[in-house]
Amino acid sequence: MMDLQLLPKKLLLKGGTIYDPLKDTMEKKDLLIVNGKIASMKKGENYDDAKTIDCAGKIITHGFCDLHVHFREPGREDKETLATGSLAALAGGFTRVCVMPNTNPPLDTPESIRFILEKAKDVPVHIHPIGAITRQQGGTDITEMGLMRDEGAVAFSDDGLPVQDGSVMRRALEYGSMFDLPIINHAEDICIREDGVMNEGFMSTKLGLSGNPNLAESSMVYRDLALGEMTGGRLHVPHVSTTESAEHIKEMKKTNKKVTAEVAPHHLYFNDEVIASFNTNLKVAPPIRSEEDRTALVQAVIEGVFDCIATDHAPHTIEEKEASFDLASFGMIGLESCFGVVNKVLVHQNKLPLSRLIQMLTVNPRRIMGFKFDLFQEGVSAELTVIDPKSEWVFSKNDIYSRSKNSPYLEEKLQGRPVLTIAKNKIAFIV
Amino acid sequence: MLEQKHLLGLENYPAKDIQTIIDTAFNFREVLDRPIKKVPSLQGVTIVNLFFENSTRTRISFELAQKRLSADTVNFSASSSSLKKGESFKDTAQNIEAMKIDAVVMRHPSPGAPLHLTKFIDATIINAGDGAHEHPTQAILDMMSIQEKFGKIAGLKIAIVGDILHSRVALSNIHGLQSMGAEVTLCGPANLIPPYAESLGVTVNSNLDEVMEWADALNILRIQRERMGSALLPSVREYRSLFGITEERLARHKKEIVIMHPGPMNRGVEIDSQVADGDQAIILDQVLNGVASRMAILYLLCGGKSEETES
Repeated sequence: MMDLQLLPKKLLLKGGTIYDPLKDTMEKKDLLIVNGKIASMKKGENYDDAKTIDCAGKIITHGFCDLHVHFREPGREDKETLATGSLAALAGGFTRVCVMPNTNPPLDTPESIRFILEKAKDVPVHIHPIGAITRQQGGTDITEMGLMRDEGAVAFSDDGLPVQDGSVMRRALEYGSMFDLPIINHAEDICIREDGVMNEGFMSTKLGLSGNPNLAESSMVYRDLALGEMTGGRLHVPHVSTTESAEHIKEMKKTNKKVTAEVAPHHLYFNDEVIASFNTNLKVAPPIRSEEDRTALVQAVIEGVFDCIATDHAPHTIEEKEASFDLASFGMIGLESCFGVVNKVLVHQNKLPLSRLIQMLTVNPRRIMGFKFDLFQEGVSAELTVIDPKSEWVFSKNDIYSRSKNSPYLEEKLQGRPVLTIAKNKIAFIV
Repeated sequence: MLEQKHLLGLENYPAKDIQTIIDTAFNFREVLDRPIKKVPSLQGVTIVNLFFENSTRTRISFELAQKRLSADTVNFSASSSSLKKGESFKDTAQNIEAMKIDAVVMRHPSPGAPLHLTKFIDATIINAGDGAHEHPTQAILDMMSIQEKFGKIAGLKIAIVGDILHSRVALSNIHGLQSMGAEVTLCGPANLIPPYAESLGVTVNSNLDEVMEWADALNILRIQRERMGSALLPSVREYRSLFGITEERLARHKKEIVIMHPGPMNRGVEIDSQVADGDQAIILDQVLNGVASRMAILYLLCGGKSEETES
């Protein structure tokens, strides 16, 4: 069980390796935290009055940042709350998350943004709300982006629903360019997707499930990239699932430096053959694609097409997931399992340097969202994660702190895990 | 005995078990010709027919098969509106299980629903159609009818004609026929052929006359009238001209092609009355074989010990 405590006045993380993802330096040093702030990083430090934690064999780095989670508050507190989601984040090594606005009601006003920040004050991780692009996520009328920015919105998205109308997307990118905050569009052309519940391909044919073709995503990603270029707006492409989308992003990044993109752990880890189990925890939007797409996404990570990993942590109740596959809700939780999954598939199986992976979980998402990213400086509030990169573990229900349990990784062997997370003057001992 | 406890689909289903079912079904066919069409084989066995979707033929066929075997049966029909919550499906299943039953025959609009059911209850489960996924008992009765007509299945050329995309009959037939050694061609409008269908090991050809030239038998699928005049199909007369088994078209081909249809038929759309009622059609044999096949399946899965028919 995770143990969450107040940070001692003086804490020494001793014997570990400090990886600074900003400077890309890996050094054997001890890290001293005094009164919640980084006090020093030197070799061979000893303090009789400091609580000392042995970090031998561990890597100490910035706390992970996930710019794409669903904490369901307000409206579906039976699935998740800001408080329970925060525990899931800590267990996954995350100290900072951005919550998507597809709540009930949606976060589409400055008042609702303020509500989130007030509720988030006392939770143990930093939470930033993303505001809706359109009122009620209706896809037609844009929201008060300026006022929402003033209250603390860090980006805009109708996530869960695409902005289907190209002219609305164009106007939102134009309008949003005044605030220099990312516009994040859940790219799935609903006309092409139809009622698809899994990837369209040989597996959907074999299983008799309605298919969602790659083009539903990639055509809208292409449209959004072109609109981003046309308007000068800041486009961030979430949860890229197809070969074609990755190619479009790679191409556009050559000329448009504003474009950023994320990839989710499950699209790197699974291919659509797993749907043969009809396990509804594998039902997600966009869907898990073919093996060809999966390997193309891994390759795109290695080539640097994606800026960051984002979990798209999407809790659902047992009832919603115990339905048959075509009727079950879309989404899976992903915070607790994230590092073990991406470290296994990217670092162990595909030889991505661990340093690159850590950058995709720390400094890169912070840059996209405009957060402070130079965290290993004296005087900065401690926000860090200690990783055991060698740990081999089997993900189980006991590792889940989310209020929902809809993980497709149960009984899956994962590699590497965060063991300690420090944020907001608290320390979480994960194992 | 059969290798698997359930009959969920014919993908990877052992060919020898398909043959056992067909052989047993021929034995039961004799029972159906007797004046008293009833054997005590499943006396004391309780079977629930769980139909989450409308069905007339399949349900009557199963019910008759159960009655002929002297099983105790209960029918349950649920409206599809009550399916919206997964909870109700699980609760329904577990409630029925709690009443001590031996087998469930289930029709459900969701692909994978029978597999899903195996997670909630211990009874034997027979899939009577799950969405556009599988309909294994239909494929078995189709194969039995083919064997009856041709004396064999292996080496035959069977074409499945119509809306393949939305069909559970097609997929089960493809898996079953292939494991029994037949060749399969799919024929239908290009937008009603599922993606990567060729990867199933079949040939796809949208030219019906070429397909008829090749085939020994046509299994003609029902075309949903509500799909007419949509993005999928422009009109009945266009469908008839491209894919309808008309009397003229059949006459144009010199050889004898066996005509099959799983029903219910849209006469005048995918098949002409003259063809459906003609000498080349074995459609009513399929219906009779449906009862015999389902008797065989129930018998073998719910306690039958051999291919012998008790009397």
